[in-house]
This record gives sequence, structure tokens and C-alpha cells, in this order.
Amino acid sequence: MTTTVAASSENETAPVPPRAGPAAHDERRRWGRLVLAGYSWLVIIYLVLPIVVMIAYSFNKVVTGLPQVSFAWNGFTFHWWQHWKDIPDLTSSFWLSIRLAVASTVLATVIGTLLAIALVRYRPPRFRGKGFFEQILFLNIAAPEIVLGSALLGLFVTINLARGFVTLLVSHVMFSIAYVAVTVRARMAGFDRSLEEAAHDLGANPFVTFRKVTLPIIMPGVLAGALMAFALSIDDFVTSDFVSGSSVPFPVWVYSVTRVGIPPQVFVFGSAIFLVGIACALSSVLISRRHV
Amino acid sequence: MEQPLLADHPGGVAPRRLRRRLGKIFAPYLLSLPAGLWLLALFLVPLFIMLSLSLQSCNPGTGACVMTWHWGEFPSEINLYHQQFLTSLYFAAVASVIDLVVSFPIAYWIAFHGGRRKNFFLLMLLVPFFVSFVIRTVVWEFILSDNGIVLGTLKHLHLLPQNSHVLGTGVAVVAGLAYNYLPFTALPLYVALERIDKRVLDAAYDLYANRRTAFARVILPLTSPGMFAAFLLTFVPQFGDYVNQQVLGGANNTMIGTVIQNAFLTNLDYAGGAALSTVLLAVALVGIFLYARVLGSRAIAEYL
Repeated sequence: MTTTVAASSENETAPVPPRAGPAAHDERRRWGRLVLAGYSWLVIIYLVLPIVVMIAYSFNKVVTGLPQVSFAWNGFTFHWWQHWKDIPDLTSSFWLSIRLAVASTVLATVIGTLLAIALVRYRPPRFRGKGFFEQILFLNIAAPEIVLGSALLGLFVTINLARGFVTLLVSHVMFSIAYVAVTVRARMAGFDRSLEEAAHDLGANPFVTFRKVTLPIIMPGVLAGALMAFALSIDDFVTSDFVSGSSVPFPVWVYSVTRVGIPPQVFVFGSAIFLVGIACALSSVLISRRHV
Repeated sequence: MEQPLLADHPGGVAPRRLRRRLGKIFAPYLLSLPAGLWLLALFLVPLFIMLSLSLQSCNPGTGACVMTWHWGEFPSEINLYHQQFLTSLYFAAVASVIDLVVSFPIAYWIAFHGGRRKNFFLLMLLVPFFVSFVIRTVVWEFILSDNGIVLGTLKHLHLLPQNSHVLGTGVAVVAGLAYNYLPFTALPLYVALERIDKRVLDAAYDLYANRRTAFARVILPLTSPGMFAAFLLTFVPQFGDYVNQQVLGGANNTMIGTVIQNAFLTNLDYAGGAALSTVLLAVALVGIFLYARVLGSRAIAEYL
């Protein structure tokens, strides 16, 4: 104890040595940062590589006569993009996926947002069971998807419900609710209750307050939750594999042809979905950057 | 969160006031009712049905099941498929560790040096999610094929023997798992690193820590909950995955997901499949509860 005190009092008079070290240290630091940046770009290239391959193979000629993607590069063609509708099963599974994603997004966003409002706004004793709710949400997100899918199949088999669009829809809504609720709740963290109270004091009833004050404020969170739900639904394979039955969504259809050979149109659809998705995401990044 | 004002506003007529007060009492329950019912009917009830199915005896031909309290399904299924469980544990553990190692530096770089382009880089981390999971895996089958981009090039350069192959082996499965779930690791890591108060780091440097010491004694301890969360969030779905194994793997590295899928969808062995699913869930829950025990139950939820 005494030695440290002595040392610190000594330090007041002695010049403080520079903490960052000499120029060589800074030089090393700059190199370290460059290596890190280079590595990060390599990872990004690694993440993008399969997508580039997918888009490239959607332009690959097929020489065998069978409409199957071949591993070898046979030359460039627009044929598959022009004939994107040539495989009726694929096209119908794609539209089924779109209908399913839209319907489950609307339902899950409404239900999940209401839950998020309850979770942000109330706590025990006003809201008993809040902790239990949070545990259920967490368990729902953390459970392996194959468990969800097989459990749902067990339910539908037990109650003798034929598998089809309805079972797909209720299942997709089920696994989306938790994600929507978590997303909306996170965006509501800084919500200022006094704005609602002001609306209330000015004579607005709860519904007008919700529509004119609460909803506009939480809208970015709700939209983020809706995007999440849409992405989860349109890309869902495992749960859909278990509960789809006769109506087959896009990922399940693609999976069913992996053994027999994939028509190049699959890559056309994949590329189109990717381009639309990335365009939406990039524009939202640009918009958010402009606002900051 | 503040408690809402309970005092009634002057001027309201009595029934309206009563309705409002009742509304306030029931509001949290009304708001959470749809979600509660939905999750009860399609999440909790199915889980219980799955448990009960695993205790029933099923007719493999018709799929009809009768409750017999037959606990024997568990030991017999585990006895039959413990190898597939071990394979899944092993593949998922290796792939999750690879994901941690690969994504830590980039998460660090984005969190500390991302600057104005942070959102763009985060989007780049998420870019695989814009392509359907099944298609992504199929494309890896192309990339890893015997004369594909990777192997073909290496063989051309005589860095690999001509007869070498990756598809069908565990290496291909782990590669597919690691690729498909990398964002599941990278984003929680980013959240954990982003949350570090940069002033704490400055304080370490002020106290004469060099960069290595600062990393080992400040950054690593502060991110370790995030690292464990990232590991779990990656490991659990990888453990149950069967797409990568079925597309990229072969008959000698079957994972438990494939067994469960076959039991439910091909063999209509609902009792056996339910027993295996229950064990799978139990293994996942053990990991989650261990984590919650050590680092607090809310900790993982923060990284979702």
C-alpha cells in the first residue's frame, strides 16, 4: 500500500511515459488493422461466393437435353431466364410460398406486435405470467427446428388434420410470432410513454392514441419484425417439410428434386429472389444512413 | 418502465370510467391473448403430444398409435442411433467452433473499425440469408464437386491427387454447416463486441496495457457471454440439421436429423421419431440451461 502511494506521488513530478509507445508501435498497429480489413473482405467474398455461383449457373447452357443444371460450364445463355415459367410445379410452388409468406407475415406481425406491446408496457403484478411468456418465447426460438416440425406433425396426425396450406400457415405463424415480438420489443425500448399520456390528456381515446401516436412511433420496429417474418416464412424448409403434405412450398419442392437433378429455373428463381431482397435491404440501409 | 397513471381524469362519465379501468386491468392479458393461444395450441401442446407419442405403440404400416406407456422406445432408439447422435454432436461442435474462429475477427473489425459503413458490412454478413437455405446447400454441392471450382482448381495445380473427393465425406457436411450458420455466430458476436464501452478499453491503455493484454483481459472477458451465446445459437440448429448431411454427406455420416425425418416422413414410425426428437430437444435444453445457470437466463435472449 505504502509503496504504491509513494510511487504515485513520485509520478507527479516525473514525466509520464507515452502510453502508446514509439512510432514503430503505431506502424504495427496500422498493419494489424490492414490485415484485419483484408481478412474481413475475404470472409465477405466467402459468404458471397455461392451466390455468385448460383447466378452464374442460371446462365449456363445445358447440352445433355435434360433440363438439369450441369456441373460443367457449357456457355452463356438467357434461355432459362426467358423460360422461367416452363416448369409448372416449380412456378406453382413459388407462388404458394409467396401467398404463404404474405399471409403468415400479416398474422404474425399483428399477433407478435400486440404481445411485444404487452411485454414492454406491463410487468407483474399488472401482467402476471410475463416471465413465463418470455421463457416460452425464448424456448420457441431456441428449440431446434426439427423438433418444432416433428411436434407439429405429431399434432396434425393426432387430431387427424389433413396437411396442406392451412397447416403450413398456422405453423409459419407459430414460429414467426416470437421473432416478431422480440424484434418489436427491442425497437420499443426507448419508447416515451408521456407522448401517449399527452394524447390521452388532449382527449384522444385509447384507439385514436394507438393509431395516431403509438403506431407511427413503433412503425420501424413493426416493419423490421414483418420483414423478419416474411424472410423466415419464404425460406423455411424444415418445418414445411414436416407439415406441407400435398401443397409444396418452394424450398420443399427444390429439395425434392435435388436427388433427380435440378432444373436451371430453380437458380433463376433463386437469383430473382436474391436480387429483389438485396435491393430492398440496400435501399433501407441507404435510407437509414441518410437519416443518421 | 413507469407504471401508467391510475388516477382517473376529471369529466369522464361513470360507466366510461369503469370501462376504462377494466380495460386497464385486462389490457396486458388481452394484448397477449392471441399470441398466448397460438403458442399454446401450436407449440406447447405439440411438444406434449410429442412426449406422449414417444410412449405410444404405433403400427408401422398405418401409423395408428395407441398409448401404452411404453418407455422402452427411448433406450431402444438410443441404442440403435447413438452413433448418429454422436456424429451430429461432433459435426455441430466442429462447425460451431469453426464459425466462432472465422467470424470473431470480422465481427471485431465491424464493431471497432466499421465506421460509417457498419450497416453495409452487417448486411454483407447477412447476405447468405437472401438465398434459400436449400439452394445455398445445393450450390455448395456444385462448388465441392469432384471437378468443381475448389477441387478442380487444386487438382489442376496438382495440389491434390486426381482421385480425391470431398462430397459424401464429413468434411463436406461440416463445410456446409459452417457456411450456412456463420451469420448465426457472427451477429451475436458483433452485438457483444459493439456493446463494449470503448472508454474501458481506453482506460486499459491508460493503465499501460499493451494491445495483447487489453485484448486478453478486457475484450475477451467482456465478450465471453456473447461468445457462448453465439456458440449455442449456432450449435443447436446445426445439431438438428439434416439438409447439409443429406445433400453434401453420405451414408456413413448420417446425422440424427436424417433419422428423425425418415422416421416421421418415410417409415411413419411416429413413436420412434418422437422419442428421438425428445432426446434431441433434451440435449439442446441441457446446453441452454447450463448457459442460463452460469450466465443468467436473460443473457441469451439479449443476443437474439
